[in-house]
Parts: sequence; structure tokens; C-alpha cells
Amino acid sequence: MSAELQELADRIVAQARSGEQVEAFVSRDTETDIRVYEGEVEHFVSAQSEGIGIRVIRDGRTGFAYAGTLDPSAIAEVLAEARDNVEFGTRDEWAGLAEPDGVDVVPQELWSERLAGYSTADKIALTKELERLTLAADSRVRIDDANYADVMAENAVASTAGIRRSGRENGCYVSVSTMADDGDETQTGFGFSVGRSPDEFDLAKAAREAADRATRLLGATKPQSKRTTVVFDPYVTAMLLGVVSSTLNGEAVAKGRSLFKDRVGDQVAHPSFTLVDDPTNSLAYTATDLDGEGLAARRNELILDGVLQGFVHNSYSARRVGAKSTGNAVRGGFKGTPGVGCLALQLKPGTRDQAAIVADVEDGVLIQTVQGLHSGVNPISGDFSVGASGLVISNGTVGAPIREFTIASTLQRMLLDVAEVGGDVDWLPMRAAGVSLVIRDVTLSGA
Amino acid sequence: MLERVLGVAVRTGAEFAEVYAEDKRSTSAGLDDGRVEQVTSGRDRGAGIRVVKGDTTGFAHTADLSEAGLVAAAEAAAAAASQGGGVTRTIALTRGPERTVSPVAQYPDEVLKADKVALLLRMDDAARSAGGSIVQVSAGYGDSRKRMLVANTDGVFITDEQVRTLVRISVVADGDAGMQTGYQSCGHTIGFELFDNVDIEALARDAARQALTKLVARPAPSGALPVVIKQGSGGVLFHEACGHGLEADLVAKGGSVYKGKKGELVASPLVTLVDDGTMSGEWGAIAYDDEGHASQYNVLIQDGVLTDYMWDYLRARKEGRPQSGNGRRQSYQHLPMVRMTNTYVLNGTEEPDDIVRATEYGVYVAQLGGGSVNTASGDFVFGMTEAYLIENGQITEPLREGNLIGNGPDVLRDIDLLGNDFAMGNPGTCGKDGQGVPVGDGQPTLRVKSLTIGGTAA
Repeated sequence: MSAELQELADRIVAQARSGEQVEAFVSRDTETDIRVYEGEVEHFVSAQSEGIGIRVIRDGRTGFAYAGTLDPSAIAEVLAEARDNVEFGTRDEWAGLAEPDGVDVVPQELWSERLAGYSTADKIALTKELERLTLAADSRVRIDDANYADVMAENAVASTAGIRRSGRENGCYVSVSTMADDGDETQTGFGFSVGRSPDEFDLAKAAREAADRATRLLGATKPQSKRTTVVFDPYVTAMLLGVVSSTLNGEAVAKGRSLFKDRVGDQVAHPSFTLVDDPTNSLAYTATDLDGEGLAARRNELILDGVLQGFVHNSYSARRVGAKSTGNAVRGGFKGTPGVGCLALQLKPGTRDQAAIVADVEDGVLIQTVQGLHSGVNPISGDFSVGASGLVISNGTVGAPIREFTIASTLQRMLLDVAEVGGDVDWLPMRAAGVSLVIRDVTLSGA
Repeated sequence: MLERVLGVAVRTGAEFAEVYAEDKRSTSAGLDDGRVEQVTSGRDRGAGIRVVKGDTTGFAHTADLSEAGLVAAAEAAAAAASQGGGVTRTIALTRGPERTVSPVAQYPDEVLKADKVALLLRMDDAARSAGGSIVQVSAGYGDSRKRMLVANTDGVFITDEQVRTLVRISVVADGDAGMQTGYQSCGHTIGFELFDNVDIEALARDAARQALTKLVARPAPSGALPVVIKQGSGGVLFHEACGHGLEADLVAKGGSVYKGKKGELVASPLVTLVDDGTMSGEWGAIAYDDEGHASQYNVLIQDGVLTDYMWDYLRARKEGRPQSGNGRRQSYQHLPMVRMTNTYVLNGTEEPDDIVRATEYGVYVAQLGGGSVNTASGDFVFGMTEAYLIENGQITEPLREGNLIGNGPDVLRDIDLLGNDFAMGNPGTCGKDGQGVPVGDGQPTLRVKSLTIGGTAA
């Protein structure tokens, strides 16, 4: 199958005219999405989508076009549109495609035959089982929905610069959303499990977490404002790392938009904070062998013992700052050109689990969820303010639930105010792994 | 042909089948760091077929719009909804009336790309001339023209065309205390004539002004304070505080704090809240929703009393009541669900200046960013991207960014002053269950007695 897409990409590139650089990216996805509610299938979605994106560069100007179909007449139109669009770009001496850099690909097991052969009936059965297990976990729990989803994706990229790669991968997850009631009050929770194949699911854990998250917030009150220590649940830490990663983006650095732009070699975080981007680690949910431009994905050390080591780049941002691509081109499908981003972030884990960490906190909050990362966090200024809910920690013990408060600081301060990184790594279905994280001296705003 | 495809879709005994087809052409252009980086042309074309049998919905989509492609998708959707059966139904479609909510004067696909790119260069110039502290500007232009068709086994058959045109600009200023950002956007469901009436240089200067103002901003307060929200900037508050909670699909599953509250006082008597898909030219305006139902003006809250929820086909059918024109989807690849259109609060009577003057100490929010809500608990947040302190009834110092947090029903009750200066806000994209749809919102200047400000200052 991928061979067919590769041939298609090759055929486009073969049409490049003299003086033109051309890149073609072709993809095809098949998705299944099942939602169960009250023991019945609420919806079943079976869908295939495909498309092509073509980038043309001539005299330092870039044009791009895409179509959500691989129909031959549409493809011809895409190439013509991309060529036409070149005329309207500004000449940019750094514009260009990625060139093969000789870095070897670290092979990854991205395809599961087991998943490819899994029957629809079995997928429905396990989604119903997840709903049943979640309801059984706690009598106060209701189900919003239980879901199963899988995707099988194949793609190919080819370019006049000599890139020629194709591959396929598949993966699946289950998730369940819960509500717990106590009188007039309702709280919500969620749980999930991911795998290359359904055999890797831990339905019991997903059910238990979904029930716990909702029930442990029942009776939550609004706390008084104060400065305090927060312990981030692994899931919350992973979300925080996502924000941190945008400050380490080479394109933001090249365009003067990163608050860390002139800080390489500086102590920007607590010495316990070592951050790597390592898509070659097969444990990572987003492990991959190739980046969005077809270069080998690789391990990059970003912050070592709190000292900033460098930034992630694709070929364009690297050329602009006189560096080499770090294999961090990120492509959001065929509808866009590659940007820059971290692929699989991980904090170097500490040694203690969450319980041991909490035992040493005299006065603080265990943060279970945060809300509004897209609205109250500005990675350019560093201002950080999010809505949150969680559990009070007093004298080393987790106690009453609290909600409807915010926690605020700045990204710059929070990294320096890290007190401990936990040893409880959780490989979440995100671009960053989770781990418990203790941050001192944040402002809690409540009543 | 549509009748034959729908016939295939219900052959396994389903009660309802629907074809949604679209053909969308779009153009976008991005300027960053002083360069037009790229012009992009896009084409999205395909059909989604939905089949409902009992409480189960089957859905399949295809980029192949030939009869063979549609029949294959119909069979897949029917199989998804069912495991057998075998009946034949004849479908007779009646073409619905042509309906225009937002007339278009100049279709953007008939405008030269050079003219679109020129807008970005003008915005870049205007923002950069706002001051030496402006260090970076990025600007974007986007337009789309989408033809769509909906046909279903109830005989509904409509076609429509949706046109959108938008510009946005982000500005970075650098000062002694670090970088700050400013943002503005303008988008309408009309064509390129948008730029006959909108001063894009003024829009760019305003984004620059916002970034420059914040260079001297002090940390926002921490804790509960009165908050005055400027006209046209705070519709997102209602979108989050109650809009989502009034979507019938969430209500039906008991996932809304507004469940069972119809006829009850749920907000300050000052508040009349409307969801209005017919508001010509606004970002959430549609002639038909994505289930083929004509858009409507729906009063959700009248003088503080909850009058109705918003409805799509499935929920309305279940309750045996009419739809409200709120069945929307991101594209042919998505199932429709209950979504807002243009959601706004009608005018009150206060002069906006009087509202500020009546506030001894609080926060004045001149622009809100995005927000999000947990509809079951009612807790919601929204970001303030431009805000000031109010001291002794005067707007004083600018504040750094942060989130505000509140509980929907509490905040609606706490609205104690409502202005007479209604305005719509910036175009928005509302996310729900992984789908984004364009929405609008608006409100007059208003005051909330108490909201928690997520700043760092004492």
C-alpha cells in the first residue's frame, strides 16, 4: 500500500521543472470510532480519508496547495496551484527543502498486525466492557460515554532534494468520561488506555481512574487565595511540558519569539530538571522513526541539569540560525507544510513515587486537572495562569477536594521553582510523558 | 441519484439516513517576520452518510462523490448502524427553498491572490510603524467558499453556499520586563467586500497598541473582584458560562448544570440571551444548519428565565419537538451535533461609562481570549488578553494576562449592571468533542459582581 503512495509522490516530483524544488506528501488514513452509551452502540464511524500536499520553491519563494483526494485530475490541479502560489511569496534566502543528512533511522515497531486483524465485534465488546467496569467501580458514577478509536495511517514523502521515505503505522485507544453525583453537585472524570493493539489495554485501570477522578472531587469547595506549593499529577505535568516546548521551538527562536532566545548555556531551570525530546524511545506514545520532512527522528537534549542546551529545528529554522535540522519537522497531515515541534518529550525521572513526594509537603495542593492552558498561558511573555481542581495536602497527607481556583506564576519562575521530579513516569497519549512534579511558590487564587 | 443512495442506506431497516456533501475551495496566506511565507490553496470535497437505527448511528464518509462511491459509503454506514434486516423504502426528496442569510458581493475566489497578499503587507507596515518596541509581526488571511448539500429520508433536500473571509494579526513588543503580545482579528460570512468597510491598518495598529500597553503592565490581582467586561469582548463568557450547558445533547445525558431548569430563573433578570444563526454576515451565520434545517433566532434566556435549549435532529426527534437549526459539523468527515451559532446578550440600559464609575475597585477587561467549561460542574475559565485595574471608578493601570475562573450559574446571577452599547466580538472557533465550528458572540458592556482573577499580585 505505502509503495503505491510512494510511487504517486515520486511521479509528482518527477514533474519538477528546471530551477524548481518540489516536495510531495501523500497520506491515507482509515479510522474507526465507536461510542457506547448504556450498553448500546451510540455511534459507529468508519472512515477513510486521503490527500496530497505539494510544496514548490523557486528563486527563494514558496507556494503550497493541497487536496483531500487522490483523484488524478485533482492532483494535477494541486501542482498547478502550488506553482501559481509561488509568485506571491516573498523571496527568502533560507527557503528550501530538507536535504538527506546521513543520520541513520532508528527503526520503530509502528505497525501491529494484531490490531489490523482485530474484529469489529471485539472492538464493540471491549468498549461495552469498559463502560461496565467503570459503572461497577463506584455506585455514585454515571457514564457520559465510553469510546474506542483506532487509526491506520500510511504516508509517503518525496522531494527533488533527494528525500524519499514512506511508512505506515496504526494505534488505538479506549477512553471513558464519567460523572459522579452527590445531591445537586456533579463532578466529572475520565480514564483511558492506549496501545498498538487492544491486547495492551488496561481496561480496569482506565475504569478505576475515571471513577476516582470524578468521585474524589465530590464535596469540593473553593479555597482561600494564598501562595503555596503544587504537586502536578503526571497528566498535568505532560500538559505543562507541552507549553514549555513552544519556548524551545527553533522557529520561535529564529523569529525572536522565544523567551529563551539568548539563553543557551544559562541555568533556566532547577538542577533536578533535565528535559529531552526522544522519539526514538519506543515507550513513548509518539515514538517515530521519521520527522515531517523525512529525516531520521533523533534524541535531542534540551535542558540538562537545569541548563539550556539548545532548541529543536526543522531544516528551515536550522538554516536561519546557522544550525542543522534536529529532525523536528512536524507535519499536521497533507494540508500544511512542516512546522517545528518537539516529538516526544520526557523529563528525566527522579526516584520517588507520588505518595512519598506528598509525604514531604507540609502545605500544598495536589493538582488533578487544569483548565484554560490555551487562554491564560502566554509562551511569549511567560505569563502562566490556569484554572484548576485538586486535593489539599496538609502535613504530608492528601485531604479535602478543592475546585474553582487558579494557579499562577510565570513559566520562567516555575522552571526555577521546581522542587522535585517524581519517579512515576506515565507514557500518556500525548507528545510528552507524564511524571509527578513539585513546584514551589505559585499563587493560588480562590475566594 | 440521492434518492437511490438513501434507499441503499436504509435497506437494512434503519429509520433515518442522510447524505451531507460538500465541495470547499480555500485560500490562505501567511506573513511572518516581514515576509509573505506562503500562499496555500486547498480543496476539500466529499460526502458523509449517516444512518440511524434505534439508538445507534452509523457513519461513513468518502472523498468519492460518484454514485458508486456514495453507494459504498451508504452501505458502510448502514452496516455500521445495523447487523441485518432487509426492507425497501422509496425516498422522495423535496427541494427546500433557496435561502440567503449573508449576501456576498465579491466572491473571494474571483479576487487576485496579489490583492489578498497586499492586505498582509499593509497590516505588517501599520503594526510596525506603531513604535520601535514592536519586534515581530505575523499576519494571516483566509477565505473559503463551500457548496454543500443535505438530503435525508424525511424528504429534506437543500443546497447552500457558505463564504467566509478573515484576517488576523499577532504582534510582539519587547521591553525591559520581557516580551508582550497583541492580537486582533476580523472575519465575516461575506466576500472580499469585507475590506471596503474594515480598516485593516487600524486593526493592525490596535494589535500593536495592545502589545505596547502591556509592556508596562503589572501582575494581575489574585482573588475575587468585580469585573467589568467591555462591549463585544466578553461574549465568550456566555458561550462558556451557559451556552454549552444549553446544548440538548449534554442536557440529555445529565451533563449540564442547566438540566431540568426550563422555566426557572437561572440568570440575573437583566440577561436575555439569544442564539441566532440568522445574524447576517456574522461568523456563526448560516442559512441552513448542517442537517438541512433553516437557521433560526432562538431565545435561550428571557429576562433571566431559561426558555429553551438548543437542538439538533437526533435530540429533537427523541423529545418529539422541532429542531432549532443548531445541528452543525466541522466537515463531511464529522457527525453533526448540537452547536451554537451567534450567541449574544441583548442590550441593557446603563451607560458604559457609568458602569466603570460605579466600580470602586475591580478589573476592566477590554479583550478576552479563549475559554473552556466543564458543563457538568459549571466551572469555566476564560483568558483576559487586555485588562486594566479599576480604581475609584477610573480605569488605571494595564494588567498582565491571566485566566478568570467562575461557576456558570453563579456568574449569570452575579451580573448586576448591563450596558446599552451592544457589539459583536471577534470571530471564534468553538471546539466540542474534537470538532471546531465557526461561531460568533457579542454583548454590551457589563459588570459581574464577583469573579476570581487568576493573577499573582496580592
